[in-house]
Amino acid sequence: MKILTKWLRAYLPGLPVDDARLAEDLTLRGIAVEGVFDLGGGNGSLYETDITTNRVDAMNHYGVAREAAAIYGLRLAGLDFALPEARAAAGPFPVRIEAQDACGRFTARVLRGIAIGDSRDWFAGAEVATYFGLLEQKQISNAVDATNFAWLAMGQPTHVFDLDKIEGGIVVRRARKGERLKTLDGVERTLDAEDLVVADHAKPLGLAGVMGGWDTMITPATTNVLVEAAWFEPMAVRRTARRHGLHTDASHRFERGADFHAAPVASALVSKILLANGGWIEGELVDVRVAELEARTANRKPVALALSEVRRILGKTVDEEGITAATVEGVLTALGCTLAEFAGVASEADAAWLVSLPSWRLDLEREIDLIEEVARVYGYNRFANTLPEFGEGVRALPWAESETAVRRTLLAAGFHEAIASTFCSAAEAALTAPQPGLTVPLGNPLSEEAGVLRPSLVPGMLGMIAGNLHRDVSDVRLFELGTVFSGTTEKVEERAAVAFGAVGSLPEQGPLHPARAIDFHDVKGAVEQVLARFQARGVYFDRFPAEAGLTPGWLHPYRAARVAVEGATVGWFGQLHPREAAARKLKEPVLVGELYLDRLYKLPLRKPIAREISRFQPVRRDFSLVLDESIGWEKIDQALAGLQIPELVEWRVREVFRDARLGAGEYSLLLGATFQAADRTLREEELKSFQERVVEAVGKAGARLRS
Amino acid sequence: MTNEAIPNLTAFDEAALDQAFGVVGQQARNNAASLDSPEAAEAFRLRWFGRKQGLLNEISSRWLNSAPPEFKKPVGERFKKLKELVERLLHEATGAGPSDAALAAESIDITLPGTRRLTGAEHPITRTLNEITQVFAALGYSVGVGPEVETDYYNFESMNFPPDHPARDTQDTLVVAGQERRPLRDRLLLRTHTSPVQMRTMELQPPPVRIIIPGKIHRNDAADATHSPIFHQVEGLCVDTNITFSDLKGTLDHAMKALFGSAVKTRFFPSFFPFTEPSADLQISCIFCGGKGCRKCKHSGWIELLGCGMVDPAVFAFAAEKQAAYDAKKISGFAFGMGADRIAMMKYGVSEMGQFFAGDMRFLGQFA
Repeated sequence: MKILTKWLRAYLPGLPVDDARLAEDLTLRGIAVEGVFDLGGGNGSLYETDITTNRVDAMNHYGVAREAAAIYGLRLAGLDFALPEARAAAGPFPVRIEAQDACGRFTARVLRGIAIGDSRDWFAGAEVATYFGLLEQKQISNAVDATNFAWLAMGQPTHVFDLDKIEGGIVVRRARKGERLKTLDGVERTLDAEDLVVADHAKPLGLAGVMGGWDTMITPATTNVLVEAAWFEPMAVRRTARRHGLHTDASHRFERGADFHAAPVASALVSKILLANGGWIEGELVDVRVAELEARTANRKPVALALSEVRRILGKTVDEEGITAATVEGVLTALGCTLAEFAGVASEADAAWLVSLPSWRLDLEREIDLIEEVARVYGYNRFANTLPEFGEGVRALPWAESETAVRRTLLAAGFHEAIASTFCSAAEAALTAPQPGLTVPLGNPLSEEAGVLRPSLVPGMLGMIAGNLHRDVSDVRLFELGTVFSGTTEKVEERAAVAFGAVGSLPEQGPLHPARAIDFHDVKGAVEQVLARFQARGVYFDRFPAEAGLTPGWLHPYRAARVAVEGATVGWFGQLHPREAAARKLKEPVLVGELYLDRLYKLPLRKPIAREISRFQPVRRDFSLVLDESIGWEKIDQALAGLQIPELVEWRVREVFRDARLGAGEYSLLLGATFQAADRTLREEELKSFQERVVEAVGKAGARLRS
Repeated sequence: MTNEAIPNLTAFDEAALDQAFGVVGQQARNNAASLDSPEAAEAFRLRWFGRKQGLLNEISSRWLNSAPPEFKKPVGERFKKLKELVERLLHEATGAGPSDAALAAESIDITLPGTRRLTGAEHPITRTLNEITQVFAALGYSVGVGPEVETDYYNFESMNFPPDHPARDTQDTLVVAGQERRPLRDRLLLRTHTSPVQMRTMELQPPPVRIIIPGKIHRNDAADATHSPIFHQVEGLCVDTNITFSDLKGTLDHAMKALFGSAVKTRFFPSFFPFTEPSADLQISCIFCGGKGCRKCKHSGWIELLGCGMVDPAVFAFAAEKQAAYDAKKISGFAFGMGADRIAMMKYGVSEMGQFFAGDMRFLGQFA
């Protein structure tokens, strides 16, 4: 909101500081001045302010001036607009508040013989032309500008009607369902039975506290005017405004609580401006009030405040003296509160008051609200920096260490950590959800592509891989640790997961070593390293025949593996299904996978235990095997494990190759086995026997020795 | 190298022994004099130390083993000296290592770049969240977490945003579909701040509480350089007897110095949050210009960093429904919340918030 210091100073005779200092002091007290622009020519400055929603009372010049008065201990000029004597009327203008829960006060004043024209500086305190010029506020007519001026001056919405178009009198009531009203913005609206309207005896005239009506607006031909200044209940205005998608200055103020006592003052200001161009008042001000709402707002009960509570909440000040009874009294009085001291107080520390609250500060309701006012005006930065006593020991989340282990392992394996969108499209969700059907749509998604809470991290991973490739970044290795969602719109389950993806070459292009394409087994290695961080027995990888339909649709059915731990699925990985790759215009083979961390986190982390390292010589023996293509390494591996030879300490595949000299559908595998005893050097005869047992075992598994 | 035979030992008196060992020692010296290549040194080693045909072995078996028992000792002593001599000669010959010419032939271009293994980089937001939580861990704060899909009750109502209150307007909320018919408090939404974890923690645990809550949050915001529908927040909550506003100031002043350097100054402004009262905004002196004023701080010398305040008694009243110990007359507390994405942008010079969520290898690789 824009504030003119020239206007502020009109309310603050004797203000001792310049505009820059005033801006700084206001900001430190919560009236944030975000920009100060010198207007030149003795016109002071324009402040660009940003005032928090609770301080609606300060979103106008008089409200800001009131804050300044509290800061500097100044006396604020009163708002006193003396009106000429009224001419007698046949009777008071008829006003009735039917909606007694929603309208607390309605004032109406009849002005006749008014001349609609341009705005000028009408009198001291109504420099409409000057102030609007400095604010670059558009001038419309003296009638409209008068209400705008009252708004900018004191934050009280008012309205002016063409009196001759009002039939009978005013009724503030709820609309009848289906009633129609054309509002000032030119929109024809159909009203709801909960809308609050200002009506006459025949029709609605405007949406109360939100926007006036088209048919009763001021025109150049208007000569008789009804000035409305009212107090509407926040929730009623909010509901009406929301239902019609309207947010106006008036609704903004009423929704946050207007000043119950401001209506007659604002009415006087508007009337006086209009009368400055001719015309007269007919009859006295009609002022209808609802006692119950007045009691709840302007006359709400005083609040008890104790100095001890102020000190308990606020703590130490830089100043030795701290917050005293005089501080509290000074601050609150300057803000418009009235303090009555509790009698029989033995010492200053026991000081306590009953505080009556100003009508313009509906945000003040409780003792803590008053404590905040004391702290705010005293100055937050005058409080000391202290530290609380130590509370208790720090506890780690049960899975924190496991999460760190997964992250570190993947970082060490050369994957960058990424964070992707929490949302995906319905189609992506259907493709990747581990539990199809249990996906959760959003009610107001950012876009259709982000319509569903991600059931898997795979869509995000594929999106990021595609993004890199489309930007010509050809080597990609990424992982994401994140939350996946399943369930229904009634109940949503969240689980931890990690996804990883890779494409391109390994290692990165260098001058000395040829790069090669990263493949399934590189990614499998990373998965194995992650799993190795956990204390798990029975870790294995398997796959299912395509017709079983168990492999996720995003994976190549013959180049994908399920990861199982103790019989439970903990994830899937492999090459992206060529169909999905083509749909995403990805030409290179993409490796992608996901692990369900909630399941892994149930396992303890592996605790390293050192074993004695044998000081006796290990003996390595290689076996060149020929196998049928249908026999995988797993068979050989199991056969060797089944031997249970303690001295067979390690075995591995040294090479896999295919050549023309082998039979059709066969391949060759070079197996390396290492024998070592913990307590002795192995003898030739022992080794010979071990070798024979190895050959026998792999033979049973279907391998023959290559001659 | 000439191949001289080992003389026969005919007598075991001192003179005869000295004579025989002298001959053999001279042989070794002669042999060693011509060791000019690694191959020659290896031949010397085999000739003298070889297991089967080595001269030392032969001397040992012919002279030492055949010596009468009373002469074993003088023979043994002389044999030991001979062995040491031969070892020394071999060491002298080989200790010098290959010739410079031989080494020069093995020259490589050390100016070629090293072969680097790709080291994965922790995401800058993870890194920032960890930095912040570690600062507070040192002050006795445990990490707290909560769900990303929250109920209206935890996200709004229990944080003192009454139904239909204008304060809700400031948080554009993404909601789960199909909630219209459910009671307001049960409606599911994407949490708009990490504050609901305050309530979830207090419901589970009586005071004292000191928690730090890092987490992902969402709002229905259009993406631009400094906005994203996805972002991260770190919330803190401290509740105990005698927690004061000055404790809040001191805690955050310390934390800001730990995060941004000890020269950083802090100042506090009145603000408004439904769940704190008094509420404050914290500014730090500009970390780019040191407070002199620059483009980054809009020439003010200050950067707004977080919102904070004393826990509103209304929030304690909600907590007291489950834990009676949250009696606002007996305990007090403070809470604060900061945007981790913005802090990461500041600390690491990131200009577009969207880069955090694009998975661009070139961007992420910078944080390795």
